[in-house]
Amino acid sequence: MSKEKEQSLKQEETDVQNMDNMDIVKKMSRKASRRNYITYGIVIAFYAIVQILKATGHLSAHFNGLLVPLTYYAIVAVALNLVVGILGDLSLGHAGFMCIGAFSASLFSVVMKQTDMPSGLRFFIALLIGTVVAAIFGFLIGIPVLRLNGDYLAIVTLAFGEIIKNILAAIYLGYDETGLHISFKSFTLQGEGKMLINGAMGIQGSPTDSSFTIGIVLLLLALIIVQNLVNSRTGRAVMAIRDNRIAAQSIGINVTGYKMLAFTVSAAIAGTAGVLFSHNMSTLTATSGYFGYNVSIMILVYVVLGGIGNIRGSVIAAAILYVLPEMLRGLNNYRMLIYSIVLIVIMLVNWAPKALEVREKIKAAITGKLKKEAD
Amino acid sequence: MKKRLIGLAMAGVMMAASLAGCGENTASTETGSTSAESAEGAVWKIGGIGPTTGGAAIYGSDVRDAITIAVDEINAEGGINGYQISYKFEDDEHNAEKSVNAYNTLKDWGMQMLVGCVTSDPTIAVGEKTNEDNMFMLTPSGTAVACVQYPNAFRVCFSDPNQGAASADYLANDAELSGSAIAIIYDSSTQYSAGIHDSFVAEANAKGLNIVSDSAFTTDSATDFTVQIQAAKDAGADLIFLPIYYLEASLILTQANNMGYAPTFFGCDGMDGILTLENFDTSLAEGLLLLTPFSANDTDDLTVNFVTKFQEMTGHVPNQFGADAYDAVYAIKQIAEAENLTPDMSISDICEGMKTGITTITFSPALTSGTGITWTADGEPDKEPRAVVIVNGEYVMTE
Amino acid sequence: MSFLTYLINGISLGGVYAIIALGYTMVYGIAKMLNFAHGDVIMIGGYLIYTAGTTWGLHPLLSILIAMTGCTILGILTEKVAYKPLRNAASNLAVLITAIGVSYFLQNIALLIYTANPKSFSSVVSWEGITLADGQFKIQGITIVTIVTSLVILIALQFFIKKTKAGQAMLAVSEDKGAATLMGINVNRTISLTFAIGSGLAAIAGALQCSAYPTLTPYTGAMPGIKAFVAAVLGGIGSIPGAMIGGLALGIVEILSKRYISTQLADAIVFAILIIVLLVKPTGLLGKNIQEKV
Repeated sequence: MSKEKEQSLKQEETDVQNMDNMDIVKKMSRKASRRNYITYGIVIAFYAIVQILKATGHLSAHFNGLLVPLTYYAIVAVALNLVVGILGDLSLGHAGFMCIGAFSASLFSVVMKQTDMPSGLRFFIALLIGTVVAAIFGFLIGIPVLRLNGDYLAIVTLAFGEIIKNILAAIYLGYDETGLHISFKSFTLQGEGKMLINGAMGIQGSPTDSSFTIGIVLLLLALIIVQNLVNSRTGRAVMAIRDNRIAAQSIGINVTGYKMLAFTVSAAIAGTAGVLFSHNMSTLTATSGYFGYNVSIMILVYVVLGGIGNIRGSVIAAAILYVLPEMLRGLNNYRMLIYSIVLIVIMLVNWAPKALEVREKIKAAITGKLKKEAD
Repeated sequence: MKKRLIGLAMAGVMMAASLAGCGENTASTETGSTSAESAEGAVWKIGGIGPTTGGAAIYGSDVRDAITIAVDEINAEGGINGYQISYKFEDDEHNAEKSVNAYNTLKDWGMQMLVGCVTSDPTIAVGEKTNEDNMFMLTPSGTAVACVQYPNAFRVCFSDPNQGAASADYLANDAELSGSAIAIIYDSSTQYSAGIHDSFVAEANAKGLNIVSDSAFTTDSATDFTVQIQAAKDAGADLIFLPIYYLEASLILTQANNMGYAPTFFGCDGMDGILTLENFDTSLAEGLLLLTPFSANDTDDLTVNFVTKFQEMTGHVPNQFGADAYDAVYAIKQIAEAENLTPDMSISDICEGMKTGITTITFSPALTSGTGITWTADGEPDKEPRAVVIVNGEYVMTE
Repeated sequence: MSFLTYLINGISLGGVYAIIALGYTMVYGIAKMLNFAHGDVIMIGGYLIYTAGTTWGLHPLLSILIAMTGCTILGILTEKVAYKPLRNAASNLAVLITAIGVSYFLQNIALLIYTANPKSFSSVVSWEGITLADGQFKIQGITIVTIVTSLVILIALQFFIKKTKAGQAMLAVSEDKGAATLMGINVNRTISLTFAIGSGLAAIAGALQCSAYPTLTPYTGAMPGIKAFVAAVLGGIGSIPGAMIGGLALGIVEILSKRYISTQLADAIVFAILIIVLLVKPTGLLGKNIQEKV
């Protein structure tokens, strides 16, 4: 810790010495903060529009139901972008952190549901618990994972995600008069008692406390944390590691420390999304459909499509791609087929160098034409 | 930055296009139903939810098609209380979250009663929503206990504990089988299998059955069962209880045969369908015992009619999923007629009417019960499972 | 004796993983992309064999040939349409995502054509296998065929890469695309060839997998695909002998941990072992450890 301080002091010294440099940094951060406010603005505007539509009765039940999932997928996409875009490491296990957040928070809520704790306080504590537990796991998993590189790192995060899912799907946890029981085999409770996690049946009856408003508040919170982190000294250090690890190390950046920090924060935010997820429905099971590698990959799709490292893009892409298959419901059997084609086409249009060239040309032609007309 | 924005705008345009496409589509169905309305006054709007894509798509597709057959038949004969039925089915990918989305879509469409969902986890999640809206729901195949925890929810199939206990009781009461050394192979990652397993073990212990081996697998490693089969063989089991679906069961039968091990296999309703698995060597299933509510081999008019129509439509023989769904639609018809319900009533009034009706009638004729089905207010059906044994590739009733 | 039986079962399962992993690792080695759709090409191969062998009643070998042709065309087509335009994209994650799109596409197209109703696959190997020690000990025909096939493919691939011009070109492309172009190697054609071979192998993998575990649904390829990916990484992704060893190791570990630890947690154990191996050897068992230089 003291070492870090020393480093930062040294860094400040050089910054002061080099006024030009500082100017650039200041300009950059000013520009960045403007960009951040636009992001918050978009989210708040979306919230306002939805509220107006809701109040005037123009919101369909279908779209209304999509709102909460939309916020938690946007949150977890922001979290993953911190790892993939800012830290530059591919994680395929973020659904696992969601799973941990979901289970730890639901466990608390299910136990506390029997007491007369007010639901607002209960959900607030549940959010804290889910976030903290996911952060702890993120830290523990980060220790071995961040020693690896590239695709090897990706497969290890995938492996951790699958292990978490596999274990939580096999666990039986319950209490009765003789105390708390935990086992990988089902058991019968003695007298008064309750099964909390019932193996494949998971946690049943968690209160549905999640709402769109809370989701939006948490999304804004996640955005503020991540964007401020990115624009801080820490964020610049993390990006320096991403761009050239060895160079970063050679100028004295604590590579492991910053990597761990980014990964843990990301896991914590994913855990928060998990809490929203588990409190949106009364049933919670650790199956592939919710927490498998497929879900991690789906979140990665949001991040890549929104732009790697572009936090605002992740939010927008998550919203669009989550709603897209729902909007295709009218196509019945062809729904998922069309979705896959759209996914491929969007990727080609957005990423293929040739497509980008063509787009630039068209843009140039249009602006040229406009200029001519103006003349 | 600009590049990205353009990209997102592109995506937005595609979204808008799909939205517009979707809008047109719903508009066309709406006009379809309004024309029906103007002709008939009003129509019943019955919705269905189940997986038609994803790993559980077999079950959802069968339910969707069976409901279509039932609805078409009823409409051809004048509908329910003289009102035609309009029917819509939505995909949930065997995912509770998607299932709630599907439910909301159907609600926007104007659904009055729900036949669904098909799988347990989604049924529980949607049950929460139908309870809030007080909408009547009848699940053909949601077997977990919590599927019908609310007063507005009922099911056609047996519940998991019911099947586990019934299986143990059947074994305990059978003179030949009660002494056997029993092995269990079950899927610990699905609610269905784990639920039956847990209640089977509890009941078997109470009845003094001899369980010698109990091993699990998970959906993610459901290809190689040699370890589980070998464990049963080493423990000297002469009966293997398989509370799983027929797809995995077909692999277990094949692998046991390859290992030269031929115990008696005993399954639940999920096993129904094994004979109609395309290209399956049915001789492997010879002597397989199963408790099932439905047999596609039955020769009564009701079954023959349903099986023929289903085969014409889908190209394969239906199993209990389809049969339960078909029964669900006809049960709704019988109850609504007994209670004199009409589609112009509010969703809540229909639900109240259906709730009283379902506990007073005896639904018959039923595909999935020879003696008809009655319901209790807690949502459970009262019907007897039939034990059948496979002889020469056909179901034969035992006793 | 019983341990040996489990070992044989593990090798049988591992042989299937190995053969899938070979295709995975080849494409990765040359095109530097994780082809998540590889498992689904296997599923398509399985359905093609089913159609040719069971529906049309053709000889198993002929139906495998048809499936190989079909999968090869499919592989080249997907490469041309979905992957090639992204070869020089700003991030190599872009092509990973399109591969996922292709995977969804193949699953859903199979769902539309063949419906969700599962098919029982007739084994392409009719040989019963051999029995040792007075029937105590049985090795199935399909197990032997799987092992032999994967060994033959391994040797053939090694020979192809080391001794033929096209193989040398592949090696050059995998080392340095730019330099290979300067040496007059047609990079596009070489990568197409890689996809063709990888997809052809997928058809064989489909035949062997569906024969060993005879069910076929549109989602049959997904889980073996991901397990083979794990196997390829375990062995050191990009290394052809590594894929073979990784596949066999994964199969054996899966069966033995089911037997001796827990059937329920077998997947967790397999993944835990993968993590441990990668922590000890960060580039897999046979992976090249390239030290990053400034």
